[in-house]
Amino acid sequence: MSETRKPLLHVEDLKQYFRVNRKQVTKAVDGISFDIYEGETYGLVGESGSGKSTTGRAIIRLYDPTGGKIIFDGHDISGRLSKEDERYLRTNMAMIFQDPMACLNPRKKVKEIIAEGLEIHHLCSSQAEVDEKVNEVLDKVGLSREQATRFPHQFSGGQRQRVGIARALVMNPRLVIADECISALDVSIQAQVVNLMKDLQDDLGTTYLFIAHDLSMVKYISDRIGVMHLGHIVETGTTDEIFENPIHPYTKSLLSAIPHPNPIVEKKRIALSYNKDEEGVDYEAGHEHVLSETHKVLATDEEFAKWTAA
Amino acid sequence: MAKFKRDKNERVLSIRDLNISFKTNYGTVRAIRGVRLDLFQGETIAIVGESGSGKSVTVKTMMGILDSNGTIDSGSIIYRCREKDGSEIEYDLTKMSQKDIRYKLCGKHIAMVFQDPMTSLDPTMTIGRQIMEPILEHETVSRAEAADRALKLLDEVGINEPSKTFKQYPHELSGGMRQRVVIAIALACDPDILICDEPTTALDVTIQAKILEKIKEIQLKKNISVIYITHDLGVVAKVADYVAVMYAGRIVEKGNINEVFYDPRHPYTWGLLSSMPDVDTDSDRLFAIPGSPPNLMEEVVGDAFAPRNPFALKIDYREEPPMYDVGGQHRVASWLCDPHAPKVEVPAELKVRIEKMKKEAGVQ
Ligand SMILES: Nc1ncnc2c1ncn2[C@@H]1O[C@H](COP(=O)(O)OP(=O)(O)OP(=O)(O)O)[C@@H](O)[C@H]1O
Ligand SMILES: Nc1ncnc2c1ncn2[C@@H]1O[C@H](COP(=O)(O)OP(=O)(O)OP(=O)(O)O)[C@@H](O)[C@H]1O
Ligand code: SF4
Ligand SMILES: [Mg+2]
Ligand SMILES: [Mg+2]
Repeated sequence: MSETRKPLLHVEDLKQYFRVNRKQVTKAVDGISFDIYEGETYGLVGESGSGKSTTGRAIIRLYDPTGGKIIFDGHDISGRLSKEDERYLRTNMAMIFQDPMACLNPRKKVKEIIAEGLEIHHLCSSQAEVDEKVNEVLDKVGLSREQATRFPHQFSGGQRQRVGIARALVMNPRLVIADECISALDVSIQAQVVNLMKDLQDDLGTTYLFIAHDLSMVKYISDRIGVMHLGHIVETGTTDEIFENPIHPYTKSLLSAIPHPNPIVEKKRIALSYNKDEEGVDYEAGHEHVLSETHKVLATDEEFAKWTAA
Repeated sequence: MAKFKRDKNERVLSIRDLNISFKTNYGTVRAIRGVRLDLFQGETIAIVGESGSGKSVTVKTMMGILDSNGTIDSGSIIYRCREKDGSEIEYDLTKMSQKDIRYKLCGKHIAMVFQDPMTSLDPTMTIGRQIMEPILEHETVSRAEAADRALKLLDEVGINEPSKTFKQYPHELSGGMRQRVVIAIALACDPDILICDEPTTALDVTIQAKILEKIKEIQLKKNISVIYITHDLGVVAKVADYVAVMYAGRIVEKGNINEVFYDPRHPYTWGLLSSMPDVDTDSDRLFAIPGSPPNLMEEVVGDAFAPRNPFALKIDYREEPPMYDVGGQHRVASWLCDPHAPKVEVPAELKVRIEKMKKEAGVQ
């Protein structure tokens, strides 16, 4: 990781709030900053509701961010988008969603769903070229051409997710935001997809923001990891730093909760628990503590002293 | 470890020779091909297997929600339960209409948590109403009581602010919160059998652990039986007493959890266990079973896994293997278990992994 490299994506103090009703606002993402470098995979992990999907959706501009800056390959995409930036964003950034069924048009054949992006943005000069690109990506994700003539509901959950991946990859985007894209797959296909994503990255230099809660898979695919909790990134570091030297108690509890496939051991094991309020941890009061060029923790000075003392 | 005793008298569900197919414009998909499986009272079984192997179809049949282009070609699913007056009744779910299953059994006897939480929640209804609905439908309680129970259920499944969530709509919740709501709905009417299809794939590990413990707690308290469908073998290790491994519409290996995890016999199970990420080792490539599953529209000749199986024998391409009894509760559908088959060892890397696990667990 060289510090002179320019980030492909720069996120600074990003905030995404939702108004629930007249009195309440949900601060789904509350001032997070991170960089993703060209060709790397940044894993975003954290509990349900911590704001991972919201982060992804804000970056690809499915939402209008409440505050902060998003710079994508030199284009400022945080405010109102110019036509040109909008087109740049739509053709160079793609997202694979968490709920495969919710985003696949049930009346379209899988083949058409995959080709959609190419057609909307007129990226191919002929139907033959579209077909070729679609077939290529079908092979890559392990779906047959015959299957591509079926409708989404005729697929199993895992097969549908592969359709989602094919749809995102067909445009050959520079940044792919993969939101829990392998969570619904069985392990052997997860392995295929993770290997596939890595191969594509080696071939094409695709950059990934990989959102997941399955830390063991994140370990395989990510170069660096950000741990999110309640709208904040509480710790970030290289995969080794996070796994070998976790500092934040939330990171520790996440790591301890990974279930191991050893039945006798697993039935007895109890995960570490973490409750921010019981332990008196205050995210708003914390600031970034630097452990290494890549390893950073959100903490107050007191908290930091306590967590690094042992 | 106290092993779960499978006592014939306590069988709540027995599936025999189940065959299910789907008609499509392109031909018939033979999705389930001769499944046999038992579920005992208080037991937790896990069904694992390749995507598209028929796990969801099997359990959807029990819920009376098989897609309309699907038919049960043969077989039976016997469900035994007690009515309120204590008398025992048997139902063959394959002989009942889908509507009957849903009306008589779903919710109060058999409840299910779906793979895709968004499809099982009504986007136009508040969370509170969606939990109250089954309670009001199946029981004679006042609205206030139902609302009370709904709030309690939300709290039980680990929702932080039950009274806030009670008034919210599904799209306002994160994926994980939605899934917890779905679990609350499933538990609303105290079912005998709880089916969880990938119940925690949308959840992070800490909440997953909590939910699994919660389901376990409720299970022990009420002596219900649970069927988990999951691809997370860590979850399986944590919760299951018994495991069935499916491939291409068949069960290829089954047995109690320790038999299958410490002594796997089917090459597909080997592949499955090998492809699991191992947080303790450093390697930047995962093992992935080569190839893809068979097209179930074509007739499967021989063993469905043979083309992907480096250990395949000649007979595998001609004839489907029978289910071999390899001792204990352990059954395996592979010609490799035939006494005449050449001896094939577990792949070396997996063997090392298993030895390590056994040592950690203190078993021989
Ligand atoms: N459109 C919305 N309106 C109101 N609140 C929302 C909206 N979308 C998300 N939220 C809230 O924002 C918070 C973060 O949600 P988000 O979906 O980003 O979580 P997540 O980290 O992706 O969780 P999961 O792992 O469960 O998918 C949650 O409290 C959620 O209820
Ligand atoms: N309505 C349908 N029409 C045609 N084929 C179907 C239909 N429903 C399911 N199938 C097929 O039946 C097979 C079994 O599907 P099922 O949903 O049970 O898989 P699964 O084991 O649950 O997989 P996953 O782990 O991906 O959820 C698949 O090949 C699927 O394509
Ligand atoms: S029956 Fe044959 S192909 Fe099937 S798993 Fe056994 S050895 Fe392999
Ligand atoms: Mg999410
Ligand atoms: Mg399924």
